[in-house]
Amino acid sequence: MIVVTNLHKSFGEVKAVRGVSFTANDGEITGLLGPNGAGKTTTLRMLYSLLPPDEGEIRIDGLDPGKDAMEIKRTLGVVPDGRGLYNRLSARENIEYFGELHGMTRALMKERIAHLTETLGMEDFIDRRTEGFSQGQRVKVAIARAMIHSPQTVLMDEPSNGLDVMATRALRNYILSLKREGHSVVLSTHIMQEVAALCDRIVIIAKGEVAADGTAEQLMQRSGCSTLEDAFVKLIGTDEGLLA
Amino acid sequence: MSGMKGMNTVFRKESIENIRDRRAIFNSLLLGPILFPFMFIALVWFTTSAEQERAEKTLEVPVVGAELAPSLIRFLEQQGMVVKAAPADPEAVVRRQEEMVIIRILPDYPDKWQAGEPAPVEVIADPSRQESSVPIRRVKNLLAIYSQQTGILRLQLRGVAPQAMAAVEIKDVDLSTAKSRAILAMIFLPYVLMITAFTGGMHLAMDTTAGEKERKSLEPLLINPVPRWQIMTGKLLTTTLFAMASLALTLLSFKLVLPLMPVGAFGIDLTLSVISLIQILLIIAPVAILASSLLTLLASFAKTYREAQSYMSLVVIIPLIPSIIFMANPIKPELSMMAVPLFSQNLLIGEIIRGDAIPLVWYALSIGSTLIIGLVLAAIAATLYNKPRLIFSGS
Repeated sequence: MIVVTNLHKSFGEVKAVRGVSFTANDGEITGLLGPNGAGKTTTLRMLYSLLPPDEGEIRIDGLDPGKDAMEIKRTLGVVPDGRGLYNRLSARENIEYFGELHGMTRALMKERIAHLTETLGMEDFIDRRTEGFSQGQRVKVAIARAMIHSPQTVLMDEPSNGLDVMATRALRNYILSLKREGHSVVLSTHIMQEVAALCDRIVIIAKGEVAADGTAEQLMQRSGCSTLEDAFVKLIGTDEGLLA
Repeated sequence: MSGMKGMNTVFRKESIENIRDRRAIFNSLLLGPILFPFMFIALVWFTTSAEQERAEKTLEVPVVGAELAPSLIRFLEQQGMVVKAAPADPEAVVRRQEEMVIIRILPDYPDKWQAGEPAPVEVIADPSRQESSVPIRRVKNLLAIYSQQTGILRLQLRGVAPQAMAAVEIKDVDLSTAKSRAILAMIFLPYVLMITAFTGGMHLAMDTTAGEKERKSLEPLLINPVPRWQIMTGKLLTTTLFAMASLALTLLSFKLVLPLMPVGAFGIDLTLSVISLIQILLIIAPVAILASSLLTLLASFAKTYREAQSYMSLVVIIPLIPSIIFMANPIKPELSMMAVPLFSQNLLIGEIIRGDAIPLVWYALSIGSTLIIGLVLAAIAATLYNKPRLIFSGS
C-alpha cells in the first residue's frame, strides 16, 4: 500500500510537482492520468527513491524511501518509461542481472524466469539477444525484469507506450492478474482508454497538482458528465496532451 | 544484500557485455596492441631506408660559375658528384623545389684564390625542407674536405707542419652499452604505453556511463537494492580490467615485433626480457586505474556517448604531456619526480629499458602516489550517481 501526502518537487525554476497526494491500496490498480509533462514521471521517480522530494511524505507499506531506500527497493517492481534493456544480453540474461542484484539464488531465479516466461508468453525469444526486439517483446522483458523478485508493489510508467493492439491486450491481462494476486499496482498514462479499462482508482494530475481523485463513477458524478472522456477534459480544463 | 555481491554482479555483467561488443574489443584489445607497434616499426623502417637512400644516391648539383673554379669542380667530380648546368635564376629554382641544392661560385673566387684568401662559395638551399637536409650536408661536407685539403697543401708549401692546425685531439670513450642504447630506439615506448593506458579503457568508460544513460538503462539499474557506489565501482573495475588487458597485449606485441626493427647494425640490443615486461606492467598498472577513474568521472557528466567522446579528445592530450616535455628537455631521473604520476612512469620505463638498477623506493613512490590519486578519483566517481541530476538523460 502506498500513501503519498503533499509531495513537492522543483527542478530549478520549474515546479514539476506541487502538492500531490493519493493512496494506492493492495489488490487495486491505481492510474495516474495526466497530459505529458504533468508531473507523473517525477512523482513515480520519487516513489522509487530515485529523486528525493522537496517536501511531503511517502509511505510504501509503512516504509519511507528517504530513510529505508534499500528496504523499499526490495519490495518494489518498476517498469520505467525507457525500457532500458541491454542489447548485447539475451532476454534471460537481462532478467538474471536484476535478479542477482536483488541477491536471488540461481535456483530461485530459474524457477521465477520459467514462471514469468510462461505468464508473459516469452518462450520464443527468452534466449535471444534483445537487439532488434519489437516494442511488445521489450515491454515483456522489462516487466519480467521488474517482477523477478516477486515485489508486492508494482510501478509502471506509460507501460503501453508504443505497443500494438495485441501486445496492449496481453499487457492489460497481465496487469489485471497482478491485481487478482493482491499486488498494489500504480501506473501512469496519458491514454484515457487505459485507465477506463484497468483502473479501480484514478488520480488525475495536471500541472503538478491532483485535479481529481476517485473511481470512474465518482469522477463522472463530480464533473456532471456522462462519459469518462468528457469528465477528464472538464476536470483537467483542457484535452491537450491526452489520448483517447 | 551483504558485502560486495552487487559490485561483483555489475563487474561480471559489464565484462560479458563488453566482450560481446565488437567496438570494445576493437578499441581496447586490437587497435592499440596491433596498430601502435606496427606503426612504429613501419615508421622507423621507412625513415632509416629513406635516409639511407638519400645518402647513397648520386649527388647531382647545378653549379653557377663552374668555369671560375676548375680544380674544385674536378675534385667534386672525383668524389662522384655530377655537376649540372646552372639555371638562370638559382634562388627561384630552389624556391620552386626543382633543385634541392645549388652551388654558386662567386665572381671574385679566382682573385681571392690566387691571393690565398678564403674564396667565396655559396650553397643555395632551403634547410626548412626536411628532404633537402641530406644533400645539403653532403655538399657542405665535400666543400669542407676540399677546403681542408687545399689548406694543408698550402701549409706544407710554406714549410709548416699541418699538425699545427690541430691544437687538441678529441677521442670518444663510449660508455653506452648495446642495452642502454636501446632507449634511443625505444624512446616512443613509454609514450605508447601512456596512451594505451588511457585509450584501452576509453570505450568502456563512456559506454558504461554515458552510453547506459543514453540507452535509458541506468534508471532501472539504480532502482535495484544495491548501493550506487558499488554499481559504479563494478563498472570502474571492468574499465580498468580492459585497460590493463590492452597494456599487457601492447607490451607482448612489442616484445614480438621489436626484433624486426632495422637497427641491429647499430649495435642496439632491443630484446625485452619477461622480467622487464612484468616490471613495466607493474609500474603502469596504477596509471590504468588513474586513467579509468578519470575517464569514468568525466564520462558520467555526459548525457550521450557522443557528448562523452567530445570530452575524451581533450583527455588524450594528458598522457602526451610528460613525453613531449621529456623529448624537448630530457631530465635526469630523481627521487622527487617519482611522486608525479605519468612523469614517474615515463622515467622508470626508460630506466628499465636501459637495463639500469632502480632503487626500490623509486618503485614504491611511483606506484604509491599514482595509486592514491587514482583511488581518490575513483572514490569521487563512485559517489557521482548520488546526484539525481547525473542520472537522467534530460528526458
